Amino acid sequence: MTDAKPIAIADIDPSLIGLKTPLVPPTVSSAKGPIIQSLEWFGDLGLFLWQVVRAAVTPPYEFRELFRQLDEIGSKSLPLVALAGAATGVVLSLEARYSLTRFGAKSLLPAAIVFSVIHETGPIITGLVVSGRVGAGIGAELASMKVTEQIDAIEASAVNPYRLLVAPRILACILMLPLLTLGADLCGLVMGWVAQALVEPLSFHQFITSGFKGADFNDFLPPTFKTAVFGLIIGLVACFQGMRTKGGAEGVGRAATSSVVLSSLFVILADVVLVKLIIIFFP
Amino acid sequence: METTDQVAVKPGVVEVGSNVAVAVQDLHKSFGTQHVLNGVSLTVGRGETLAVLGRSGSGKSVLLKLIIGLEKPDSGSVRIHGDDIAGLALDQMGEIRKKMGFLFQHAALYDSLTVEQNVSFPLEHHKKEMSSSERGDRVRELLAEVGMQDGFGKMPSDISGGMQKRVGLARALALEPDILLLDEPTAGLDPISSGEIDELVLKLQEEHHMASIVVTHDLHSAKTIADRLALLNEGDVVVEGSFEQLEESDIEFVREFLRQS
Repeated sequence: MTDAKPIAIADIDPSLIGLKTPLVPPTVSSAKGPIIQSLEWFGDLGLFLWQVVRAAVTPPYEFRELFRQLDEIGSKSLPLVALAGAATGVVLSLEARYSLTRFGAKSLLPAAIVFSVIHETGPIITGLVVSGRVGAGIGAELASMKVTEQIDAIEASAVNPYRLLVAPRILACILMLPLLTLGADLCGLVMGWVAQALVEPLSFHQFITSGFKGADFNDFLPPTFKTAVFGLIIGLVACFQGMRTKGGAEGVGRAATSSVVLSSLFVILADVVLVKLIIIFFP
Repeated sequence: METTDQVAVKPGVVEVGSNVAVAVQDLHKSFGTQHVLNGVSLTVGRGETLAVLGRSGSGKSVLLKLIIGLEKPDSGSVRIHGDDIAGLALDQMGEIRKKMGFLFQHAALYDSLTVEQNVSFPLEHHKKEMSSSERGDRVRELLAEVGMQDGFGKMPSDISGGMQKRVGLARALALEPDILLLDEPTAGLDPISSGEIDELVLKLQEEHHMASIVVTHDLHSAKTIADRLALLNEGDVVVEGSFEQLEESDIEFVREFLRQS
């Protein structure tokens, strides 16, 4: 047993992740132990989530803002996600071909690519790419509105900012992540096939038939829908960091960066748990 | 201006009657170890304008944010038309806020919306029975009322600070509030623009008979637009009354403040 001390989010050395300022504002991180700070952060996040859920389930519903966010988060992320998925497919094809040929299992190459893409690389790449693009965008946008008192102005106009700003963004992330994952999966499979076909002629039909041999919906649906949880994490963390920003332009930068860092970190941690749960419940 | 049934020349003593729009009682507020408000008590009658004066950092803006519920007090009460706002949920508070208009110090216009959309924002959310043409007419009417005859399609970043204040004022008036809260309406403006904003506030007071609280450090502006003045120092009201009553005060801080203003 080592006597390693727990590390709080506020205690992460900002220089390690290329920042000059800490992830949690200094006003929060002073004079309290790391465990207390982390518990406070999670406690505040829980209260924030409760406010959002309460605002989201009671009318009036902000459908117009939801559709705007579906476009902003979904359609506008698709090219980036598709490119990342395609690159992953090519890399997987090249790496798997090399490894499987060494062990005399080259015939398993289509299945290796298909299973790798739909089980893990498609969902996690989508989660991380969206976390980078959307997490930073939401964090910076809400933080900017916060420091210029625009969120206060919304509240002063008797409009619930959780209902107008937060709920549509989180819901759009939850709905769009599985769809974006399908896009990443498709591009990954197509480019995985292209990379293989360039080395050894193989029709796309043969590649897919061979790749999906023995696969069922349990191989496809749970890994795709687990990204809805990634969407919840990205939307929630980014909105939370944006809405609690203090300190002008520096605060906006800190909110954007911490949104990306924390949401990426929690997406990876959630993936560990979700993979285990999928293995248990969808063997 | 209408008269009120509230008299509070001596700070901290508040008599609340049916004609009182805003009543603040023994309000305390701290941020960390910094005590911003230490037991402020004030009332504003219907149709009355109260100017809250004080040095920078004396808690004037915090007082306004407590009154509209954007901040929560550590202790004390805020009553709007007799209703205590402590402990109200966001949506319940929303019902009370519909009766209030708030002009922020830096206008706080929505930077992704045009001037017209900014003023239309409260109407879109609370006057759903209005058709888009009725809403458009009402927005133009509000903008004309604050002296904005054109530039409706401009973004807030494309107009001057004085015009932003005007648009902010039009937005604050959109729901025809009973209570108007103005946070430093003339701050950062040149003397001519400041005078225009003062005249505009006076005109709106005469037309709409709202209870108003104006936070300012501009004594000239306060003297022009307010019926009563309250001077804050170290988180409490040191003196409250008419400008003449302030002038007669023998409190050193009051005399110094008036001398320097």
